[in-house]
Amino acid sequence: MGKYLIMIYDNEAAWAAADPSVDEANHLRHGEFARANQAALRGGARLGESNTATSVRPDGNGGFAVTDGTFAETKEVLGGYYIIEAADLDEALTIAKQVPAPMGGIEVRPIID
Amino acid sequence: MADTASTVARAVEQAHEHEWAFVLAATARVAADLDLAEDCVQDAYAQALVHWQTQGIPRRPGAWLTTVATRRALEHRRRAAVSQRKLPLLMPDPVDEDEAAAGVFPDDRLRLVFTCCHPALAQEAQVALTLRLVCGLSSPEIAKAFLVKEATMQARITRAKHKISRSRIPYRIPRLADLPERIDGVLDVVHLVYAAGHTAKFGDELIRTDLTRRGLDLARTVHLLLPDSGEATALLGLLVLTQARHAARVDEAGRLVLMRDQDRARWDSTSIDEGLALVRDALAQPPAGRFALMAAIAAVHSEAGQWEDTDWDEILGLYDLLLARWPSPVVALNRAVALSYVDGPEAALDAIDTLAAEPALATYPYLAATRADLLRRTGHNQAAAAAYEEALAFTDNAVEAEFLSTKLDELR
Repeated sequence: MGKYLIMIYDNEAAWAAADPSVDEANHLRHGEFARANQAALRGGARLGESNTATSVRPDGNGGFAVTDGTFAETKEVLGGYYIIEAADLDEALTIAKQVPAPMGGIEVRPIID
Repeated sequence: MADTASTVARAVEQAHEHEWAFVLAATARVAADLDLAEDCVQDAYAQALVHWQTQGIPRRPGAWLTTVATRRALEHRRRAAVSQRKLPLLMPDPVDEDEAAAGVFPDDRLRLVFTCCHPALAQEAQVALTLRLVCGLSSPEIAKAFLVKEATMQARITRAKHKISRSRIPYRIPRLADLPERIDGVLDVVHLVYAAGHTAKFGDELIRTDLTRRGLDLARTVHLLLPDSGEATALLGLLVLTQARHAARVDEAGRLVLMRDQDRARWDSTSIDEGLALVRDALAQPPAGRFALMAAIAAVHSEAGQWEDTDWDEILGLYDLLLARWPSPVVALNRAVALSYVDGPEAALDAIDTLAAEPALATYPYLAATRADLLRRTGHNQAAAAAYEEALAFTDNAVEAEFLSTKLDELR
């Protein structure tokens, strides 16, 4: 068995333009996903929008540069995640395909322990 | 009893050619690590060179090699277990050590093929891994085939193996539900290998027989291992029919000959019969897949005794079906050629006008070459010459370049 991080990438502009009912429906679908995959789930959360992100980089002089915004500028930003345990990548991908991500997609990465 | 060194060397070479995938696939399951498996298999081949001279060439060289390689892999695993070292992460089923010790090996080649062609790997990595692990080519050989630096190819293979172990890509035949999609991925890789050899993108030869041979071998293996897959049957049919025309594609002087000018007596009729039978099998399982339609087009060409007998209506209809379900600029271009023999070259010129803006065809020499041929057929010689020049600028294959130059000279 191995652990995987499932990252949900969202187009925030699409979310902003969407009707609130889409968000509510999405919330319900995440609940269904979590119930259906209870045995594999090890954690997960929804994140604040990217305009709440703060990035911290070493400034090269022993200090830190703290800046407003995400680490990398991309159209789709990390909006939430799950941690799952799966026998192999195929099993992890089967679970990942069930994660609701109507405004973007999913990235799966193995967690190295 | 003892065999001469040259006899043994030839036997080892043959075993490398025919048994490599079987030996490696069985060893990979025991080793649970591709690098370890490769080391063990290479070592087994090296031992064969020595032992077969004194003990004679075994009756079943593949079984001998697999026994030696898996025994070594098992020893390595036991040592790793004793030293508490973390075992690598290729995810196979548990190994039946008694069976392995008794020399009973299931055919694991499908596992190997599906692992090499896993969609989580970039397609160029899938191709490289397949040539390396299934066909047994060395990294320098693969690098040469694709005109990349050895170090680049080696890095590509290392990265792919690293991803397999790190992300736990399983060493397994996919679940039934995933199978059709995964088979498509495998067939794409096999088709790419063959196509890279069918018309070499660069060099002095039109055809790279090293790659066409590997592609055809792979298609045969996949068809053998997946006899119920209509698409695997169709791909083999397509490649066998294409291969059947190879001898006629260049003349005695090594110059390119278009299909319309080919001496069809030089087509290999035995291969055509084999290919047509495969295509019939594939089409007997509707709905026709992508390779079934491509193979059907090849079959219509093969059935024409001469160029003038080609059933272009049928070919155009097949391209329409192909384009409707699997649209691609290259298929659209080929459809336009068929259209030119049904509705005339003007209609085809209109059809390819829209393709000029396709990024996928921006440096594709056949778009300009096709336009040149259509313009020539409509009597627009000046425009045709310009299009031939454009095509020339995009081809790095000497045989194609010479063909295009000849056409250009004819117009001047």
